[in-house]
Amino acid sequence: MSAHGRRVALALTIATLGLGALAAVGLPAFYESFLYLIFSWIALATSWAILSGYAGYFSFGHGAFFGAGMYTTATLTTALGMPFLLTLIAAGVLAGLLGLGIGAVVFRVRRLRGELFGLLTLAITFVLATIVLNTRIDGGPGVYLSAVPMPRLLASPTGTLYLLGLLLAVLTVGAAFAIAQSRLGLGLYAIHDDEDVAEVQGVPTLAYKLMAFTLSAGIAGIAGGIHAMYVSYVTVGETFSITVPLYVVLMSVLGGARHWLGPAVGAAIIGASLYAFTGGQQAVLGRAAVAFALILVILLLPEGVVPAVIGRWRRHARAASPPTVVDIAHAAGGGRALTPAGAPAALECHDVWKAFGGIQALRGVSLAIGPGEIVGLVGPNGSGKTTLINVVSGHYEADRGRIALGTETLSGRRAHEIAGLGVSRTYQIPRPFAHFTALDNVALAATFGAGHRSAREARTEAQGWLEFTGLARRASAFPHELNLHERKFLELARALAARPRVILLDEVLSGLNPAEITSAIRLVREIHEQGVAILFVEHLMRAVLELSHRIVVLNEGEVIAEGDPRDVMRAQRVVDVYLGRSHVVA
Amino acid sequence: MPSATLLGQSIVSGLLAGGLYSLLALGLSLSWGLLRLVNLTHFALALLGAYLTYQLGHVFHVAPWLAAAAIVPAFFLIGVALHAVFAYFRVAEFASLLVTFGLAVILESLIQWFWTADYRRYETAYATMSIRVGPLFIPTLEMLACLTAVVLAFATWAWLRFTYVGKALRASAEDPAMAAAFGVNHRAQAFLLSGVSAAYAGIAGTYIALIATLAPSQIWTWLGVVFAVVIIGGLANPIGALLAGLLIGVSESVTMAVVTPAWAPLVSFSVLILILILRPGRV
Repeated sequence: MSAHGRRVALALTIATLGLGALAAVGLPAFYESFLYLIFSWIALATSWAILSGYAGYFSFGHGAFFGAGMYTTATLTTALGMPFLLTLIAAGVLAGLLGLGIGAVVFRVRRLRGELFGLLTLAITFVLATIVLNTRIDGGPGVYLSAVPMPRLLASPTGTLYLLGLLLAVLTVGAAFAIAQSRLGLGLYAIHDDEDVAEVQGVPTLAYKLMAFTLSAGIAGIAGGIHAMYVSYVTVGETFSITVPLYVVLMSVLGGARHWLGPAVGAAIIGASLYAFTGGQQAVLGRAAVAFALILVILLLPEGVVPAVIGRWRRHARAASPPTVVDIAHAAGGGRALTPAGAPAALECHDVWKAFGGIQALRGVSLAIGPGEIVGLVGPNGSGKTTLINVVSGHYEADRGRIALGTETLSGRRAHEIAGLGVSRTYQIPRPFAHFTALDNVALAATFGAGHRSAREARTEAQGWLEFTGLARRASAFPHELNLHERKFLELARALAARPRVILLDEVLSGLNPAEITSAIRLVREIHEQGVAILFVEHLMRAVLELSHRIVVLNEGEVIAEGDPRDVMRAQRVVDVYLGRSHVVA
Repeated sequence: MPSATLLGQSIVSGLLAGGLYSLLALGLSLSWGLLRLVNLTHFALALLGAYLTYQLGHVFHVAPWLAAAAIVPAFFLIGVALHAVFAYFRVAEFASLLVTFGLAVILESLIQWFWTADYRRYETAYATMSIRVGPLFIPTLEMLACLTAVVLAFATWAWLRFTYVGKALRASAEDPAMAAAFGVNHRAQAFLLSGVSAAYAGIAGTYIALIATLAPSQIWTWLGVVFAVVIIGGLANPIGALLAGLLIGVSESVTMAVVTPAWAPLVSFSVLILILILRPGRV
């Protein structure tokens, strides 16, 4: 565990012991219930953020999982006489499975955008409410839990609920922190910024989203189970109201949904202010005031309170101390030389077809790249070059044909598996993760690519690749602070950090000036010297002729020529394709 | 199986209820599809319009159509003012959901402050009128609401389809930068559209006052169904919103007649879920 992690764990333990001791000594029941409600909101808002804050899939269905938990506990304690604490496990498991089931259906829909996911989860809440209302689970009159025995963790029932709420809140915040530091968290953050790129870089996006959704829903279910005992009378109208889904969103956004502590802070602020305005007409104005504050925060601090405060504090600290100069010579791989890429292997495409609706982008493309070979892929615009890269890297599935790397078949696999086997790519228009620094962008590739490094190793390695591409001084810059040349090289650094056996370069030189092109060509040579095979899409003939061992010409989705660069470019058919057929016979 | 008359009557009342859904969905569909703003304030505005109609009619004895004549232009201005806020802060699609939620809560609180949480009923002579067609009864007010929805849907469709402003709005929604390069002044048209959308909320509000019993929390009762209508109909598609509203209205009311009233919400949301999962590209 890192020093940061130890500090956070210590702080959470102290908070738990302190607040727990407070209850053991005996708080007035009013404060116990007040704090219980805050803890409950903290658990709900933080659990919501594990999927929705980290990965950016805003769910408005948190009320469904909360309600599923409430009714699980209500049903099991009253109808089956199960002990209350045992039902909490059932509530968590059931709500988690509900989340998993919903996720398994909706996450397969690739084009489902964020706000549609939100509405879909909201609709599911109403469906669940209707089902509960019309079946024996509730049936209409609601369920009374007043006869259910409360376990005596503490002397008073409110004390027991207080303690349960506290434990759940602390465990949830702890889990959110642990996830934020883990591979899972890194992957979720990458999904938030650009899901397609995350998948191509080796993040198992579907599995990660499902894990986050299940955990998030499960915690909401446990919170619901506890809350059933707190209200002791469960009705459909109250349980599945719009309150829970909307308040958890507001709390998280207010505090900062991408930060592990943000939702907890937002929940404390809104939870306390809601309580301050209960009763009578004042409550009405209080609610309006909370709503107004929310509008102001979203307009003025779109990232949330916690990130804004941390950001200000960091800027303050940075201004106070002179910037530290990174010792590049030592940073590179921690003094050790960068290890070359994985074992060389040949990439083979055999009769690959791909259509988009009526447009046939690839018509039976076959090509091979030997181990450590540089192949230039040229052809006019729209000839299918980028489509081929998208198919090889697994972003699109081929309609027909076989693609293999060494002895492994690539076609039919998901993009992250292909990345894991050692294929990496760059994008013509760089697509870095916007909320990641240059270093973290590269570290993500090192973590999830073919290397499968731990977080610490990945950062050391990433620093080395930034050095290799001449970006070491820009390590802590965010992508929007980099110029085009730097972003292109960042793409290269990312592709290399994955320790590929084959790199697919999509027009790395376009938009660069002559000096930058020269340095980029040198860089591609150096990459090749590491034993990586390179497929290299380019319009710039100087670079193609200088670098390629062999070139392949694509036109309208078909390979029309292949062979030695100079010979192929002189072939009449290739000249016709590039310059148009001459109609004047000289 | 219910009798043919009962089934016919439930289809009629479904169509009429669906007309009100369409009326509410129309403005929402426009601002979401063409301005990329998910406007929850729309529901609050509609309810505010209903309370204003109630206040003018019940307390000051102003005829509903006169009330509407005052409310609609006033709401147009509110819509323009709202868009000024969104434009100034460059509110994005997701933030708009949260900001307009906040505004809706503020409006709900204001309504509750002035009119309390008690149910209000605006009694008019129109409420009991109906036309008899064979064995079926068609309540006049609901029919007017439905006809208004039809007229507005087609008028909006023609506006978007044939006028310069409509084409410019659609072009800007597709690609703002490219539309601007061709001389489209998106900002001015966005204000117009936001005003029109709010004015539609005012019209819907007047009918709500005449048809329904009012309570502040009703802002949220239509939320789910109307969003379902907007999505099923397709964003920025007025005719789609109209048809989707009628479809949901009929399917709900037939479910009420054939199965039991309590299961009705399941229908609209099941349709919505299926469409989102099977045809996510539609929206």
